[in-house]
Amino acid sequence: MSIRIGVDVGGTNTDAVAFLNDQLVAVAKSPTTQDVTAGVTNAIQEVIEFGKLDSKRISAVMVGTTHFVNALVESQYLLPTAVIRLCGKTTRAILPFRDWPLNLRKAIQADVFLLDGGHEFDGRTISALSQKQIDNTINMLIKSGIRTVAISSVFAPLDNSHETYVAQRVSKLAPNISVSISSEIGRIGLLERENATILNACLRDVAGKIVTALERSIKELGINCQLFISQNDGTLMSAAHANRYPITTFASGPTNSMRGAAYLSGKADCAVIDIGGTTTDIGILRAGYPREASSIVNVNGVRTNFRMPDVISIGLGGGSIVRNTNGLAIGPDSVGYKIRSEALIFGGRTLTTTDLAVASGRSEIGDPNRVKHLDPGLVRDALELIQETIGQALETMVTSSEPIPVVLVGGGHLICGQEIKNTRSVTRPTNLDVANAVGAAISQVGSQIDQIISITPSTRESAIEALRKEAIARCESAGAVVESIEITNIEEVPLAYLPVGSVRIRMRAVGNLDFSKDLNKII
Amino acid sequence: MKTIDLEFIESLAIGASLLGAGGGGDPYIGKLLASWAIETYGEPRLFDLSEVPDDAVCVMSASMGAPTVAVERLPGGDELHIAIISLQRYIGKRITHLVGLEIGGMNSMLPIASAARTQLPLVDCDAMGRAFPELQMCTPSLFDKSATPMVLADECGNTVIIDSNSNLKTEKMARQITVEMGAVSYIALYPLSGKELKETMIPGTISLARDIGDKISKSRADRVDVLNSLLKITNGVLLFEGKITDVDRKTHDGFARGTVELAGIGDYTDSKLRVIFQNENLIASLNSQVIATVPDLICLVEPSTCRTITTEELRYGLRTIVIGIPCDSRWRTERGLQLVGPKYFGYDIKFTPVEK
Repeated sequence: MSIRIGVDVGGTNTDAVAFLNDQLVAVAKSPTTQDVTAGVTNAIQEVIEFGKLDSKRISAVMVGTTHFVNALVESQYLLPTAVIRLCGKTTRAILPFRDWPLNLRKAIQADVFLLDGGHEFDGRTISALSQKQIDNTINMLIKSGIRTVAISSVFAPLDNSHETYVAQRVSKLAPNISVSISSEIGRIGLLERENATILNACLRDVAGKIVTALERSIKELGINCQLFISQNDGTLMSAAHANRYPITTFASGPTNSMRGAAYLSGKADCAVIDIGGTTTDIGILRAGYPREASSIVNVNGVRTNFRMPDVISIGLGGGSIVRNTNGLAIGPDSVGYKIRSEALIFGGRTLTTTDLAVASGRSEIGDPNRVKHLDPGLVRDALELIQETIGQALETMVTSSEPIPVVLVGGGHLICGQEIKNTRSVTRPTNLDVANAVGAAISQVGSQIDQIISITPSTRESAIEALRKEAIARCESAGAVVESIEITNIEEVPLAYLPVGSVRIRMRAVGNLDFSKDLNKII
Repeated sequence: MKTIDLEFIESLAIGASLLGAGGGGDPYIGKLLASWAIETYGEPRLFDLSEVPDDAVCVMSASMGAPTVAVERLPGGDELHIAIISLQRYIGKRITHLVGLEIGGMNSMLPIASAARTQLPLVDCDAMGRAFPELQMCTPSLFDKSATPMVLADECGNTVIIDSNSNLKTEKMARQITVEMGAVSYIALYPLSGKELKETMIPGTISLARDIGDKISKSRADRVDVLNSLLKITNGVLLFEGKITDVDRKTHDGFARGTVELAGIGDYTDSKLRVIFQNENLIASLNSQVIATVPDLICLVEPSTCRTITTEELRYGLRTIVIGIPCDSRWRTERGLQLVGPKYFGYDIKFTPVEK
């Protein structure tokens, strides 16, 4: 008998859900507080009380949060970051921080070191590491007083031994400098991976504070269990790992909502439409996991390539403002969390999409008398416009002309009707307003492989099998129960303009969390 | 004579991506290299082909290899220069002008970096007018000009000289050496006199790519009809508008071969377009009827911005507009089609001019 608590920290509400042996037994909603951890404490406390749960039996708390990305967006508490790039004589013309937005660069750029090291596409080394260079560099880092460093190495996704060696050396000689290595963060594409690593490195201070605060708040509740943080790809990491790799939480919100929608509706292959207060996110689930964005992801003006769900976000939600001055227009601005005071049905003065839903009789919240005066023609046209907007956004995401099942989640779902173009069915599961927290609670652990291998038709099968074994081994060492591990995705792309049979293989394995392991040590 | 500044290369990158006809590699890294070289060594001069003296000594500057590797192991900064200097030493003549090999994709940018680095003038022309996968697929080959002496250089200062009487053989040897050099090499090749250059190259393609990029980015800003201005400047034709319903990548024999199927929308509802690609887009068939083939350019673009969709980016569900752009007339001759027509790529199909 074990209890798992899933928590989602949103802009407006902090939601918590409790699972008892894979059964959802309690949900709670609580306002997000200025001091975010207080909101988390409140939500967990409520869910424990509501479910009459024994807090001693809680085996894990999983938190999905946008804390880290907010720190970056607000350019607050960012650390000056040094970069070590292991590249030998290659990869020197284009320096780290090139093509970055000036303000962010000014905020964090520190010394840059290009050292011997790195690998070729086929695993050969570009040049051997130089112990003297490495130690000199570390001495300079210590002298400069820098507190965080990003390390990248050419073809690190293929072989990260150079990065990890330098990382260990930094930790040994300068234990106060935090280290981020690129192979843990991004895939092939050195500049984008290095950029993501730098962003990660500059967030280390704020990440440490947030993780410590979260750990403290669950301890204060008398819960003695491990804390996990949701990652972008729907898998979990331990608090200690989140401390080191905050950037991998950036898009966990949409991922958790999609995975939660899959769980609540029982559908593994579908489109998920998550309607919040200000925006609607649409993504596609395949085998229960979100489809990933294909390549470059722009984070605050910086090109990166870390794993992100492929989500389209439109400025339409339950609090979106409806105007009918120069033609009918909805959003993108929203009353946001002030909906409880500003929407007509709550006695406010702003016409919102939720007012329309109430006026049409679809929804029964607030005071329907306050929207009786609305022109039925306007209500109909505006609701049709919402339907059309959502339908169009969905169309850009679907993969074939086959009608697709849709799962609607999120607090704003009532603004959307049942008829969406090109859909097979529209499902609104129970507890749809806490899908994010459910997604966090049901998360698994995973591993990713991105390698270039040389194959011929006769060696293809065995080469892929070897990688499959490696992915499973990595997933196990990430904390999964070995019997539960599945390969959820294999992508194989041949390298263009090369005479040898080289292909790039990307593979993903996921499995259930093994609670018997001490996960802080292994993930 | 003009000079090439940072604004110029921003536009050039967008235009060169279109002229890649789905291949040629993302110009992004090349653009960063060129902008680094311009900031470090100054703005290079760009001359019209007609301005080049007959006795000029001209050399093409480019890179060769796998774009997937080129985004991971980046240039050191001196390799293009080393290739040019090494070739100059071998031919025993002072090189006076640099030339581009391939205007499509990443290679549009490298001669600019070279020209900035060497302070040599660059000539506004190239040898393909698009992207092609092999180095003998150059207009000078149609006039029996040799690609060699050719130098390959890597970032670590290694150079290899090839001197051969067959451009096809040169391609095969250079490709093997490139793999040994780490799947990307930096090359200097096709030494030509100014007179030969004027006879054999495709004029004005650097300016053309810049103008295309300019139109696309300006149209975006002005919200005028992006597509029409694009078609006008390229003499292109609209072939199709639709949504990708299937992408089939064949993984054997080491080529990025495949086909993509599109279902029509708008004026093309109820029609289907199939495009066969092999690094670049090769053949387009509308309802099983061939409507465009290599060497004409078949380009897939994103409908609202006209941003190029490369063959590596093709995926289910993408909305695209497909346009055809006539290639240089020399590619349409019997000899040209022998070198770069559908048959060379293994398709027993007659070349159909895209405008017909």
